[in-house]
Amino acid sequence: MDYFLTDQQKLLQQLCRQIAEEKIVKVAKDLDEKEEFPYEIMKILAQSDLFGIYIPQQYGGLLELSEGKTIGGVLDLCIATEELSRACGGIAVCYAASALGTFPIILYGNEEQKNKFLPDLAKGKKMAAFAITEPEAGSDASSIKTTAVKDGNFYILNGVKHFITNGGEAEVYVVIAMTDKTKGARGASAFILEKGMPGFSFGKKEEKLGIRASVTRELIFDNCKVPKENLLGKEGLGFIITMKTFDVSRPGVAAQAVGIAQGALDLALRYAKERQQFGKSISSFQGIQWMLADMATQIEAARALVYSVAKIIDSGNTDVSKESAMAKLFASDTAMKVTTEAVQIFGGYGYMRDYPIEKYMRDAKITQIYEGTNQIQRNIIALQLIKEMAK
Amino acid sequence: MSIKIVIEKCTGCSLCIKACPFDAIKILDKKAVIDLNKCNLCGACIDSCKFKAILIEKPLDIQKSPLNLSDYKGVWVFAEQKKSIIQPVVWELLAKARELADKLKTDVSAVLLGSGVKNKAEELIRYGADRVYFVDDESLNNFLDEPYTNILVKLIQKYKPEIFLCGATSIGRSLVSRVAVKLYTGLTADCTGLDIDLEKRLLLQTRPAFGGNIMATIITPCYRPQMATVRHKVFSALEEDKTRKGEIIEEKMEEGLFKSRTSILEVIEEVSSTVNLSEADIIVSGGRGIGSKENFKILEDLAKVLNAAVGASRAAVDSGWMPYSHQVGQTGRTVAPKIYIACGISGQIQHLVGMQASKIIVAINKDPDAPIFKVATYGIVGDLFEIVPALTKRLKEVLKR
Amino acid sequence: MEIVVCIKQVPETTEVKINPQTNTLIREGVKSIINPFDMYALEEAIRLKEKYSGKTIVITMGPPQAESALREALAMGIDEGILITDRTFAGSDTWATSYTLSKAILKIGNFDLVLCGKQASDGDTAQVGPGISAHLDIPQVTYVKKIREINNKNCIVERMTEEGYEVILTPLPCVLTVVKEINEPRLPSLRGLMRAKQTQIIRWSARELKLDEEKIGLKGSPTQVVKIFSPPQRKGGVVFKGETSEVVDKLISLLKDQLP
Repeated sequence: MDYFLTDQQKLLQQLCRQIAEEKIVKVAKDLDEKEEFPYEIMKILAQSDLFGIYIPQQYGGLLELSEGKTIGGVLDLCIATEELSRACGGIAVCYAASALGTFPIILYGNEEQKNKFLPDLAKGKKMAAFAITEPEAGSDASSIKTTAVKDGNFYILNGVKHFITNGGEAEVYVVIAMTDKTKGARGASAFILEKGMPGFSFGKKEEKLGIRASVTRELIFDNCKVPKENLLGKEGLGFIITMKTFDVSRPGVAAQAVGIAQGALDLALRYAKERQQFGKSISSFQGIQWMLADMATQIEAARALVYSVAKIIDSGNTDVSKESAMAKLFASDTAMKVTTEAVQIFGGYGYMRDYPIEKYMRDAKITQIYEGTNQIQRNIIALQLIKEMAK
Repeated sequence: MSIKIVIEKCTGCSLCIKACPFDAIKILDKKAVIDLNKCNLCGACIDSCKFKAILIEKPLDIQKSPLNLSDYKGVWVFAEQKKSIIQPVVWELLAKARELADKLKTDVSAVLLGSGVKNKAEELIRYGADRVYFVDDESLNNFLDEPYTNILVKLIQKYKPEIFLCGATSIGRSLVSRVAVKLYTGLTADCTGLDIDLEKRLLLQTRPAFGGNIMATIITPCYRPQMATVRHKVFSALEEDKTRKGEIIEEKMEEGLFKSRTSILEVIEEVSSTVNLSEADIIVSGGRGIGSKENFKILEDLAKVLNAAVGASRAAVDSGWMPYSHQVGQTGRTVAPKIYIACGISGQIQHLVGMQASKIIVAINKDPDAPIFKVATYGIVGDLFEIVPALTKRLKEVLKR
Repeated sequence: MEIVVCIKQVPETTEVKINPQTNTLIREGVKSIINPFDMYALEEAIRLKEKYSGKTIVITMGPPQAESALREALAMGIDEGILITDRTFAGSDTWATSYTLSKAILKIGNFDLVLCGKQASDGDTAQVGPGISAHLDIPQVTYVKKIREINNKNCIVERMTEEGYEVILTPLPCVLTVVKEINEPRLPSLRGLMRAKQTQIIRWSARELKLDEEKIGLKGSPTQVVKIFSPPQRKGGVVFKGETSEVVDKLISLLKDQLP
């Protein structure tokens, strides 16, 4: 389908496809098996300017922003994430998670903070991560226990974040901590941390079902001294920043899901044409044809929704909680369905690790879970529907 | 322009379209039209046309040669030496030169440049040369483009051979490219076939192009000498004939010709433990299926018994299991040994173009559908980790090594 | 440092296949690409520029559509592209090609280094690089696998040989032809792609290069193709499997006459 992409977006799509086909496909299986971070691929993405597509030109990125706008390039990010995910959902998330860590700085950072952090992030010299989840604060983000206590020119952070994508690999972290526990959700604040700050260390690396090329670690703050200039926005804005960040980053997760689904369909299609049973290729059976047709249709619908939401954000409207949640919900459910069907088309071979398709099914699952489970997405959507009704 | 369609004769039959290797012909209004941007003037369409409707004007007509062609006589062979050892391809060239010279009723000369190489001249005669020109100078010890070029140009201008052959080695290909430009004559690289058109007294040079997918026969009608580099192992050397006699002529050159702007600081030999790939009679080669650097040991063991060289596919080189100098295939070396043993190589087209000229190809692979079996003379479906060591052991017994 | 890279647009050879029925090349869907060996030359030029600053220029001789190869090179990070194109170039062999390219390099004027791939994957001659240096009468080093050191007067390079390599010192300007081992070519960058799309490609014809008409195209080419044909296709022979000792013995008996 033609989504009327700009020239630059078309070039970006081709470039990402080329990187995926020439560089990612051949290492995906190995990195997945060894649970290894794709350093080489990240270097290639950096060299190809992919970390700069959502960062404004004035901060070293490629994004042309018109007057008055703070954010853009979300569709570009979606295009890139989708294409990379087609080859490997795990490698793609290393890339997309850096965007997740960068968005709060773009949205809420002051000039000094932007000038300090964005140029290196745009060049891909450094990667970013976003940290809110804690062992006891998953979907219920208001119960986070990490604290930040002001002490002169510093905040002293204590606590543990876990399941942090790019944890340990990123240089720049946006961390949500409670500055005032008594205020509940309104008592949270966001801080920019850098790897190497005293009292900031990393815990164990998780072993995962899928997206195994990406790294998920604990962040540990033990009297970690953070300069007060590193406070994002104001004290108490932590949750707003989180919600607004997720609103603009969710299309990225959704695009990852679309890419994984598309990659699985590509493989299933090719296999269905090659695989002979009962003397003919299994693609000649209507049962398989209908599966393929449904898969393709669902993917296209998901893509259309994701791109639309991304375009809304790029137009300057960031009031997209509901739409963003819908895109993430629909695309990730589609990815799970499509990859499961793809494994089915491969039959017994599909279940074997020798064939690439099972990995897609493993990689797809996380898209229904992270950046808000799909149950939480439904909550967001429903809440918004009811609010709109009440207006 | 130099190619045209005779509109009256063209029937629009489209035979020429199929014949054109460059996709340069279209039919418009039932007549063939040639896109000159694509046309390479190769003439394939002319042979295909049944109606003589395509004319190619070949400006290089022997009659129009700026040279007096009858001044040029004899077949020359560049006797490449390294550390005063004549390279094996030279023997093959001498044999072919002999055959060509006999057809032309002329003689064969070898030209030998080096330091302390005089005693090698006799050897060249025993293998087919009638005459050896040699230049002996310390500065010629190692190959350097400039002095070697200067001297060859001088000798060729002096003696005017009609044919000049050289091995398609890294030295040869570098050197004679420069010589041919300086002499303003034609050079055909990497020939696999040489013959004589007696009527026109021309050297017919046949070589592969497009990675071996097509063959082209090339001539140098108007300029001399007709120069060619020749692949290893395509021609067989003559038996040594100790009774052969010939003339050995030392050539003195003026000082300036030995000057080189480039200089060699160091020579490093890496493949000392094994045999040089392009010269090897047998190559044992490994691919992705070998699995690791360490596993190449079993191929090296087999190679040792067979006195063979070890090759590798691109996959094995890219994985860091073997150095690039061992890579066989499109982006590596092209080889044509008597026996090529491909172990755990699936047979991607890029690999095949580098080895399919081998006389015998043996493939050992566990995947019965591997494309390598489509070109293998003998294919074994099975586990190379069992078969190769067993083969090595059995060969040791058979060959008594 | 001013670096000129000479490239050639070639058909993706591995896709060139012969139709066994008609004995002709199957051309459908064969892509045009930059000669794979030239990619290493382009990458090396960009790396040298990144390290020593200066300017990189890519030139190619070919039909108008070869412009896309130049744009690909620009997308990788080469500064400028020059297309040398003229109908009179048709039928050029390596002599005429290297003559034409050398004239273009002279017209560029200032240069320290000319980089070429070791050979083109369609013609496989490896003659144009040395030909250019012969026409320009500057030193050459072929099969370069590493540039060890370079300054504005000299460079030290490693030249691959059959047995290993030689370390060679050469003054600049010179021609280097490079092999795959020298580097790993980068993919284009998005900025590069955008720039490549907008950059004007310079075009030079025979007249602008003030070429001697007798030395270009078919007229200037000492060699002439008289016949093109497809080689006999290699056919698979016997495939066998079975007990290891059996297959080994069988193979040895088949190879017996060829063994040392």
